[in-house]
Amino acid sequence: MKHYWWKILAVLLLLYGLVAGLLGSVPALPIVHETIRNVYYHVPMWFTMFTLYFISVIFSIKYLSSSNPHHDLVAVESVNVGVVFCAFGLLTGMIWANFTWGAPWPNDPKLNGSAIATLMYLAYLVLRNALEEEQKRAKISAVYNIFAFPIMIVLMYILPKTTDSLHPGAGGNSGFGQFDLDGSMKAVLYPTAVGWILMGVWLMTLRYRIRKFEYENNIVSE
Amino acid sequence: MHLFKEVSTLIRKDMILEWRSKYALNGILLYVVSTVFVCYQAFKSVDPTTWNVLFWIIMLFASVNAINKSFLQESPNRQLYYYAIAGPRAIILSKIVYNVLLMLLLSAIAFTVYSVIFGMPAGDLLLYLIAVALGGTSFASVFTMISGISAKAGNNSTLMAILSFPIIIPLLIVLINLSENALNGLSWSVSYPELLVLAAINVITVTISLSLFPYLWRD
Repeated sequence: MKHYWWKILAVLLLLYGLVAGLLGSVPALPIVHETIRNVYYHVPMWFTMFTLYFISVIFSIKYLSSSNPHHDLVAVESVNVGVVFCAFGLLTGMIWANFTWGAPWPNDPKLNGSAIATLMYLAYLVLRNALEEEQKRAKISAVYNIFAFPIMIVLMYILPKTTDSLHPGAGGNSGFGQFDLDGSMKAVLYPTAVGWILMGVWLMTLRYRIRKFEYENNIVSE
Repeated sequence: MHLFKEVSTLIRKDMILEWRSKYALNGILLYVVSTVFVCYQAFKSVDPTTWNVLFWIIMLFASVNAINKSFLQESPNRQLYYYAIAGPRAIILSKIVYNVLLMLLLSAIAFTVYSVIFGMPAGDLLLYLIAVALGGTSFASVFTMISGISAKAGNNSTLMAILSFPIIIPLLIVLINLSENALNGLSWSVSYPELLVLAAINVITVTISLSLFPYLWRD
């Protein structure tokens, strides 16, 4: 019970988000209407992706200073899970855009920025596949990961703010926060986001533990 | 002071090497001139927006080709020798400075050739030149580190493209916006955010390169 309380918390928070997200009251707005409930899914996906990429960068830095292969495994599995959350973030965003903006992929700096940032992390995974030698692979990909992280922040969070964008919270648009007058949406959004972040970290630790077993197995058998 | 001396010696070495063979310089010059000419044959005349984007695309590929060579031309034995006589920070700093100088020369030539052949629709020439100089500098600082990474990964030029293009796209977008402002002759205050982002990206990449390269070169 001591170790896995946060996993139970993640499931409970997600259950709460699922029920309260569908039943809770939302502000009546033109154009978005009931699709506003997508905010409970779309936004936490990006929070989770960002958290996982952040964990990955921290473990890449730790790998460079310690050369402990386990740190490298955490870094790569964080990116692996983060890319999945990124894909779901893009997908939920496209569904939403199809209803509100009329097209799944309008030419918008926020969307293009996230797509390019995704390409960057896919390049990280390609780079790993291109290198055979284990230590070299870990070191070079850690360097690239640290190099890519600030560029990802510029692409997804800084550039869209400086140009015109359809996306809420970018290019002079307001976020949904100002319509949520009684805080009923925040009461669902933030717990759900925490739930998804915990779920993402859980998935990452599962994958990391599998990788660790494989790694140790290889060492023993060699 | 020690670092400064190492860096200046390494830059002088790179320049002398380049001047003796003139391989990279001539190759890139020929590349730029022929690309501009091919584009001219294909387009004949272009509107200012296309003019601007076309220029930056030509610059992008020219700089990838120019900087890809920076670690490629060094044989493993010679690299070992450099690492014995100079610190890794001095090596990456000298490469960045050398590539910045190379890119400034290259973009000056490219811009001259391009505007002679295609015409020059810029409303604010000074700002456009600043954009070109900043663009050359930023390409150099980003591509130097990436070419270091791809050189360690076995000098694979496909890898260089995969690794560098996502990273260079934000720079390219900012540069195209900035030079578009210059073309339209807008007031400088409109372009301050772009100039700020460019400066920030440059500072970040150079700092990260300096702090990460020591880990990269050590095998």
